[in-house]
Amino acid sequence: MSLFEFVVDVVVGPWQFEVMRRALLVTVVASLVCAVLSCWLVLIGWSLMGDAVSHAVLPGVVLAYMAGLPFAIGAFVFGCVAVWLIGTVHSTSRVKEDTSIGVVFTTLFALGLVLISATPSQVDFNHILFGNVLGVSDTDLWQVVIIGAVTGSALLVKNRDLTLYAFDPDHAHAIGISPRRLQVLLLVLLALTVVVALQAVGVILAVAMVIIPGATAYLLTNRMERMLVIAPLLAVACSVAGLYVSYYADVSPGGAVVLAQGSLFFVLYLVAPRRGLVRRLRVAAGRQ
Amino acid sequence: MTGTTIGNASDPATGDVADHGPVVDIAGVTVRYDDVLALHDVSLTVGSSRVCGLIGMNGSGKSTLFKTMMGLIRPQAGTVRLFGSDPAHGRRRGEVAYVPQAENVDWSFPLRVRDVVMMGRYGTMSMLRRSRGVDRAAVDDALEQVDLTGLASRQIGELSGGQRKRVFVARAIAQDARLLLLDEPFSGVDARSVETICQLLRSRAAAGCAVLIATHDFDVLPEIADEAVLLHKRVLLHSTPQTVLRPENLALAFMPAETERSDGA
Repeated sequence: MSLFEFVVDVVVGPWQFEVMRRALLVTVVASLVCAVLSCWLVLIGWSLMGDAVSHAVLPGVVLAYMAGLPFAIGAFVFGCVAVWLIGTVHSTSRVKEDTSIGVVFTTLFALGLVLISATPSQVDFNHILFGNVLGVSDTDLWQVVIIGAVTGSALLVKNRDLTLYAFDPDHAHAIGISPRRLQVLLLVLLALTVVVALQAVGVILAVAMVIIPGATAYLLTNRMERMLVIAPLLAVACSVAGLYVSYYADVSPGGAVVLAQGSLFFVLYLVAPRRGLVRRLRVAAGRQ
Repeated sequence: MTGTTIGNASDPATGDVADHGPVVDIAGVTVRYDDVLALHDVSLTVGSSRVCGLIGMNGSGKSTLFKTMMGLIRPQAGTVRLFGSDPAHGRRRGEVAYVPQAENVDWSFPLRVRDVVMMGRYGTMSMLRRSRGVDRAAVDDALEQVDLTGLASRQIGELSGGQRKRVFVARAIAQDARLLLLDEPFSGVDARSVETICQLLRSRAAAGCAVLIATHDFDVLPEIADEAVLLHKRVLLHSTPQTVLRPENLALAFMPAETERSDGA
């Protein structure tokens, strides 16, 4: 076997299997929409909100399974409930917002765990917690593709408005564009992307997909339009790389994908051309 | 005691503004945050072609007054009318422009100078906010007026304090608003930028706009403002800048302990 054939074998290998092709589709769709959304979350400072929503969907998913509904419905409902509760607790008590987030999402997550333990289980709920990208059913696949398409187009259409909202909501209000509506839109889209992400990497790691790509792209560029291209490109590359690693090293695909995204972040954090740590230390040393 | 109106100028020479009523008409506005009184029975009118300075300490309610005028805060009592109608109409028509305090802007946001100025045009664009020729021309023109054409592609954080202010003034100009609200436009700003901004605001006023400036800068005020308001939760004095800036008058607003007690609220 020549070297060329060997390389082709390695590259093509995983995709001979239907299971891996499905995993690829789900992971790529999830990482695409999550990465685009993550740009605004990172800039607004809503990373913790992403964390909250992704954990808070757990009881929704469990209840949906128990009721025989598509898991996306339950997850979406509880994502919205979490967001609403966080806002309400924060604005109607003296508790600060990060505290409100911490209380609400852990409570809902705990409710999810209790529901799991109380359910006579035909379903392995570990799949919800850690993702089950190698066991994607037809229904799951369609849910991911449809929600991904809806979320993606909404983000595309509203991209400039969302940037306006993230940068200067007062100005948006002054020119008759409702920042309140944009906030709600962004939170609903967050709940939807989390639904997609948890199919790929599970509830616990879903938050990574709505934070890391935006953070990584932010290290590389000073222009929002470029950030919105760089983030999804890097995220998709990491998804593919993660699935290769998962296939050849026989490790958790969700874990491998997120680990790839996180590793890329740290590499660029160190060596990014203009804002990397190494470069900044060198510039600082040069000044002395 | 509420504010008085002086000089509602609808200068026939400029003729840019058709209506003759005041641009800003605030009557008996009271704003409370929980149990903290921010504004008490504030009344104020400002006509077109006027530049009005708003003077007061930090926490005197200047920013609250701006936010109330923009409809970001709903007053517990009183009314705000802009251009003789509900403020929401004026906002939808893009007639209100706001230049925020430098501290309230995220300067590390990945936007170029041109991108921020373009946001002044969003109100008139289609849903996708894609710029048309007329928008790009307006942005180019505004950038030239504030002398930032050469820096249009810089990220906003790469600018000096004065240049940063000019970006937001350019946004207001690109928006073609008829009411300009500026929060501390001269703080941390170099002399040249102060001059550029002053000239621009004067020319906006000459074109029929009403300009409100919240400022600590007592040196600039007489040069630029036609009138001034001394604010400490309520309107203490509304007169010419020279009168308002007299030490005995400033003392009213800048010795809060006394006024707080006489507030009795």
